[in-house]
Amino acid sequence: MATGETFPLDPPRPRALPVPPPIGETAMARRLLVAAAVLFLALILALPLAGVFTEGLRKGWGAWLAAFADPDARAAIRLTLLVAAISVPANLVFGVAAAWAITRFSFPGRNLLVTLIDLPFSVSPVVSGLVFVLLFGANGLVGPFLKAQGIQVIFAVPGLVLATIFVTFPFVARELIPIMQAQGAADEEAALTLGASGWTIFTRVTLPNIKWGLLYGVLLCNARAMGEFGAVSVVSGHIRGLTNTVPLQVEILYNEYDFVGAFAIASALAVLALVTLVLKTFLEWRYGDELARSARH
Amino acid sequence: MDIRIRGLAKDFGDFPALHGLDLDIRSGELLALLGPSGSGKTTLLRVLAGLEQPSAGRVLFGEEDASATPVRERRVGFVFQHYALFRHMTVAENIAFGLTSRRKSERPSRAEIARRVADLLDLVQLPTLAKRYPSQLSGGQRQRVALARALAVEPRVLFLDEPFGALDAQVRKDLRKWLRDIHDRTGYTTVFVTHDQDEALELADRVVVLNKGRIEQIGTPDEIYDAPASPFVFDFIGDASRIPVTVEHGRVAIGGRRLDLGVDLAGAGAATLFVRPQHWRLGETGLAGTVGATRRHGTARRVDLTLDGAGPVEIDLAPEITVAAGDRLTLTPARWRIFFEDGRSIGGSLDAAPGTTRAFG
Repeated sequence: MATGETFPLDPPRPRALPVPPPIGETAMARRLLVAAAVLFLALILALPLAGVFTEGLRKGWGAWLAAFADPDARAAIRLTLLVAAISVPANLVFGVAAAWAITRFSFPGRNLLVTLIDLPFSVSPVVSGLVFVLLFGANGLVGPFLKAQGIQVIFAVPGLVLATIFVTFPFVARELIPIMQAQGAADEEAALTLGASGWTIFTRVTLPNIKWGLLYGVLLCNARAMGEFGAVSVVSGHIRGLTNTVPLQVEILYNEYDFVGAFAIASALAVLALVTLVLKTFLEWRYGDELARSARH
Repeated sequence: MDIRIRGLAKDFGDFPALHGLDLDIRSGELLALLGPSGSGKTTLLRVLAGLEQPSAGRVLFGEEDASATPVRERRVGFVFQHYALFRHMTVAENIAFGLTSRRKSERPSRAEIARRVADLLDLVQLPTLAKRYPSQLSGGQRQRVALARALAVEPRVLFLDEPFGALDAQVRKDLRKWLRDIHDRTGYTTVFVTHDQDEALELADRVVVLNKGRIEQIGTPDEIYDAPASPFVFDFIGDASRIPVTVEHGRVAIGGRRLDLGVDLAGAGAATLFVRPQHWRLGETGLAGTVGATRRHGTARRVDLTLDGAGPVEIDLAPEITVAAGDRLTLTPARWRIFFEDGRSIGGSLDAAPGTTRAFG
């Protein structure tokens, strides 16, 4: 039934007036803040990083490659890989064990343990190194005894490994504790009531639940293990070709005015850092919900 | 499998969660542990399953002392409130977990496991979802999978901890019927924990009401609802008004006014009269009160009434009866229970036979 009236289907809407955002600043202030952040990052991070590569490549690829042909440099790389190959798996095991103990049991001293795990982050690496010298040095607490057994800790591979483990201990544990806390013990309890053994529960339930967090922690742990300078410097003794890790080798070359050599090797460490960063970003992007897991299943 | 619980106590540090409970769970029954949060119901269930160690007392599975048996060997099915499905496994892998994680010598063949999984998926009415992951299922579907997983190892008893607590109202109702149906078909002795009285009364053969780590009452849903054994149970199950009364010479007085309940009460002194909102009857004699607020409550109209000399009570009227604030009503409790301060109680009903009052309990 026609009424004779027509209604426009889409009445013209009044134009939106420029409204300031409910929270925050004007466009001008926003642009200024972003520009400041970008400038800061460029100055503090991007520029030095670019500097490392340009300095390392200043005399061309030949000189860059030659820096890696040096026997001392090769020994340093081998040593760094060896130290990382021992300390990262060790911290993986310790980290999982510590996170398990802290999140699954309540025992006296639990909070103290949580605090102790953070200790390597809060103490200066030089102090960490000195602690090991105090313990294992020639005049240390157990050093003379071990020396009598023919075991050299300080100024040798065991000392480097110990210092690296100490400094990188928190990475795995700190990543796992919040994940395991948020997940709770229900999955493991369910597996237990279904008759699974402890090892089966660990490999088939716990490990799959924490694998991305574990990988993330291992990645950061490895980056730090290979790049650690302070603590390792104290216990190393700087014996060329024997106890110099890559960061120490870089310092030696630099102090000898071999800039190309120093920056060439430093660029290898920088590449390692960039690869770590990319992998880390990928993990956060792909498995972000499992890394900072909320209680949802 | 019948379960006997003797003197069971559980402390968490200084906090006593369970105080020496005795309870017999009959073979094949569906038993509800009902109580408010902090009543110890989940703790009791977890002790029965072996997920918590009791501080004292014994749990007997048949003739076997289960207190000494670790969870792994207890053969109990446990269903968690938040499902606890393994999120990296498919539905079929979840259900098969209890079988595939057995040692090789005890593990059924692959074909046998596949057959069992298919049967269980049929039982829980999810035959097409075998390949899905838990994150792709609804809450109700996840809980069905969790139950199938628990049943896969052929447990001796089934424990469910607030199984429908995380689901919305409609799904809860459907799953209640479904669980009752599964229980009747499989015959497992089943114990479930709930804080929802409707769920307990609708689903269970018997209900155990817990409060502050003690058992308040054990009984059928009818017994629990019609003859609550303590003021706590009366308050917790269904709605009820508490009216302070004094009993003298077998008669009840409310705020100085005599109330004829048609029965001589043995006992004297201060007591509390409990009446449910739907058990009041309007009449010419009895108590008088003034209408306050009214609101629609399900099929009835609920009225806040202030009794003269006694205080507020809630009554349900048929919705056709219209009352307004300030109206005066005269009414008598048609069903009631009086608790004396020493814990004794007596209940009565005007409905037992016309013109007579039957006292019981």
